[in-house]
Amino acid sequence: MPNDAAPATLPSPMPFERARATRDPVPPVRHGAAARRQDAAFERLTQAFALLVLATLVAIIVSLGISAWPALSKFGPGFFFDSTWNPVTNVFGGLAPIYGTLVTSLIALAIGVPVSFGIALFLTEMAPAALKRPLGTAVELLAAIPSIIYGMWGLFVFAPLFGDHVQPLLTATLGRIPLVGALFQGPPNGIGVMTAGIILSVMIIPFIASVMRDVFEIVPPVLKESAYGLGATTWEVVWNVVLPYTRVGVIGGVMLGLGRALGETMAVTFVIGNAYRIRAGLFEPGNSIASALANEFNEASDPIHRSSLIALGLVLFLLTFVVLALSRMLIARIAKGEGTRT
Amino acid sequence: MSTETLISRPDVVSRNVVPAAPKMSIRGLDFHYGAYHALKDISLDVGERRVTAFIGPSGCGKSTLLRVLNRMYSLYPGQRASGQVLMNGEDLLAPGVDLNMLRAKVGMVFQKPTPFPMSIHDNVAFGVSLYEDLTPRQMDERVEWALTKAALWGEVKDKLKQSGMALSGGQQQRLCIARAVAVQPEVVLFDEPTSALDPISTAKIEELIAELKSDYTIAIVTHNMQQAARVSDYTAYMYLGELVEFGETDELFLKPKKQATEDYITGRFG
Amino acid sequence: MDKSGRSPRYRKRLRVNRFNLAMSLAAMAFGMAFLLWILAVLFINGFAALSPTLFTQATPPPGGAGGLANAIFGSLAIVGVATVVSTPIGVLAGIYLAEFGKDKPIARATRFINDILLSAPSIVIGLFVYTVYVARVQHFSGWAGSAALGLIAVPVIVRTTENMLHLVPASLREAAIALGAPMWKVILKVTLRAVRGGVVTGMLLAVARISGETAPLLFTALNNQFASANMNGPMANLPVVIFQFAMSPFDDWKHLAWAGALLITLAVLVLNVLARSVFRQAAR
Repeated sequence: MPNDAAPATLPSPMPFERARATRDPVPPVRHGAAARRQDAAFERLTQAFALLVLATLVAIIVSLGISAWPALSKFGPGFFFDSTWNPVTNVFGGLAPIYGTLVTSLIALAIGVPVSFGIALFLTEMAPAALKRPLGTAVELLAAIPSIIYGMWGLFVFAPLFGDHVQPLLTATLGRIPLVGALFQGPPNGIGVMTAGIILSVMIIPFIASVMRDVFEIVPPVLKESAYGLGATTWEVVWNVVLPYTRVGVIGGVMLGLGRALGETMAVTFVIGNAYRIRAGLFEPGNSIASALANEFNEASDPIHRSSLIALGLVLFLLTFVVLALSRMLIARIAKGEGTRT
Repeated sequence: MSTETLISRPDVVSRNVVPAAPKMSIRGLDFHYGAYHALKDISLDVGERRVTAFIGPSGCGKSTLLRVLNRMYSLYPGQRASGQVLMNGEDLLAPGVDLNMLRAKVGMVFQKPTPFPMSIHDNVAFGVSLYEDLTPRQMDERVEWALTKAALWGEVKDKLKQSGMALSGGQQQRLCIARAVAVQPEVVLFDEPTSALDPISTAKIEELIAELKSDYTIAIVTHNMQQAARVSDYTAYMYLGELVEFGETDELFLKPKKQATEDYITGRFG
Repeated sequence: MDKSGRSPRYRKRLRVNRFNLAMSLAAMAFGMAFLLWILAVLFINGFAALSPTLFTQATPPPGGAGGLANAIFGSLAIVGVATVVSTPIGVLAGIYLAEFGKDKPIARATRFINDILLSAPSIVIGLFVYTVYVARVQHFSGWAGSAALGLIAVPVIVRTTENMLHLVPASLREAAIALGAPMWKVILKVTLRAVRGGVVTGMLLAVARISGETAPLLFTALNNQFASANMNGPMANLPVVIFQFAMSPFDDWKHLAWAGALLITLAVLVLNVLARSVFRQAAR
């Protein structure tokens, strides 16, 4: 047998060495062909699993679409603009949960984006080198905490505190301002759209902050030094140079946060109050698509009721799909360095 | 010491350098990157309205020295300087020094052109808008003045609103020079300004530096000896963190006092 | 350049700078405060409710004494099956993307969709499995729960596997190919083995992620008050039990909910720490 001694210097007996050694001395074409067939089969196998991912997406849309069809065909496009939700008469309109989803997500962004920006700024420009990694890890830990924990903390700890101390204060102060004040009305029990939005904001902060920090870190130091070199302060450098330079990635990060906020279920379900209505006051209870599904789906016995809920689920999926697709495209652009072209 | 190889160089011209008052006086400067001792007891004067060049092989500390002059190293913890750098009677290394205002007086142009992500006009206006309250009209005039000084005005006057990043490499570097000059500093530091550029752009920028020195004190780091010989009035040769020789450019290149300097200049190493 | 020469304009700039940097410090403190607050509440309430009976007794009716044994078992089973199924799928798909697909349109599309599914709402995934399976067979099922969790885990594993494989230097692959090995052997026995640690990290991160998921189980595995090892029927699991007990008006149920929440969080945190240390080991 040829080449038994060959692997002597390698760290471990390599399988392909043995394969070579045991090959019969026949024209290489035949074994080349066998190897090629094996490779082709392997490639097809792995390709099949990769295609599963694509297939899953299609399957989700198709399957949900089919199940949502009875409700959509019964109520027509008006389904999305009607806020009636009556399991007794079997008339359903999705406006209230859609509204709740959008409003809680907007509140989450309004609070989460500035805080995330502050955290990213701190991690890249202010934190001492030794603290950067532990603090960054701590921020990521916020993302690791399961959302049901957020829900429980929200229901048992945050909501009572918010309802007892903060809500009356806000209603008494900001609630008096004409126009804007209408937002700060509602029963001071801590359950409502605002509380859900605040808890959501804490949940999406790690996602947005991580993306912002990553894009801030790829700004070339020379560029920052050029600005410092003109006598600019740290804030001026960040606001005038770093942020415009990373604009595309920052927007991508914000959209990622939005995508997550739209779909978040458990944290919102605990504190939003499960009410199918639309009110201006943010302290009022409401519903999001995800919380409506979580609260009602298993109790819904009527097929049209079920189908309406599934239609809402489909809407949620398509909405998050669009937002996440945009986010991904933007982040990929800055990764390629295209984001700096204006 | 063979002078044929030196005199035959067309770029070394004998100049009469009028001695100047020192704009910046460096005394006993030491610099550390963490534990690494990068600059050892440097002392020299940077003459007012003259061009002083720093040459030497890679790693000799010339860029490090330049970056002490505008305290750029203060951005990075772990980098420390000790000694004195005097400008206008004040020691720049002292703890109470206001770094932002220092950098408005001592500008810097970097090796890689670094246009900000804004329009050409805003790039030039950026530094000015930090420190001066100008009307839009006055600002436009200053922008035009700075771009003219940087020999860029003719090429960009019709596209001031375009992004600074859309220019060619040579143009971007001149934009950075315009930006540095617009704030009307006292000193301008150039850190290998042409090493990333083609020969034609390089020649333009060297012309620029020769003109700028009538208004500003200039210090330039270059790894290209011929450039130092063409452009500077004084040259400092550094090696391994030490100042080997410092003097008028002509003397240093034609009649170097140290053998080490001659070895470097004649290309025996580095 | 001394401090006396400062104009009002400059002083204002300095104030603005100080203010904004202080705000960013406040933002960091805000984030950390919430993290610590949530963890503190969880640990205080959770540890108060910990006891050995958690692991020995099944979930009780309201007012009775009991534990979480069936839910713990159910979670382990559902997550276990989901991991066992999703890991090979994810790894093989990741191999395709890194080794064969590379820049082909089909690979780029797959990567794109994969990244989106990574962040897709998990409740919709649960709904999908419901419409495709549970509605057809007309009963809840642990297998369906595993399917839903698996669908959430696969994108995580695909992405980490592909990223890890990209880190393998070309020279390693070329050395193997130069010895005449067929591509599939090179991939499985050389390249994949080289990034073994990274792939395990991906798996651990996926497990950490799905262990805490509640929504996808609501319409698939649902819940079961009794101890049951039958994955073909509704199966108790920690997240749904916590949901049901926490939203109830009964104090002893709420106690158990906190205990369960603590268990899940500890598991998730331990898995995350493990994943990071495995990754660091592998990177050496």
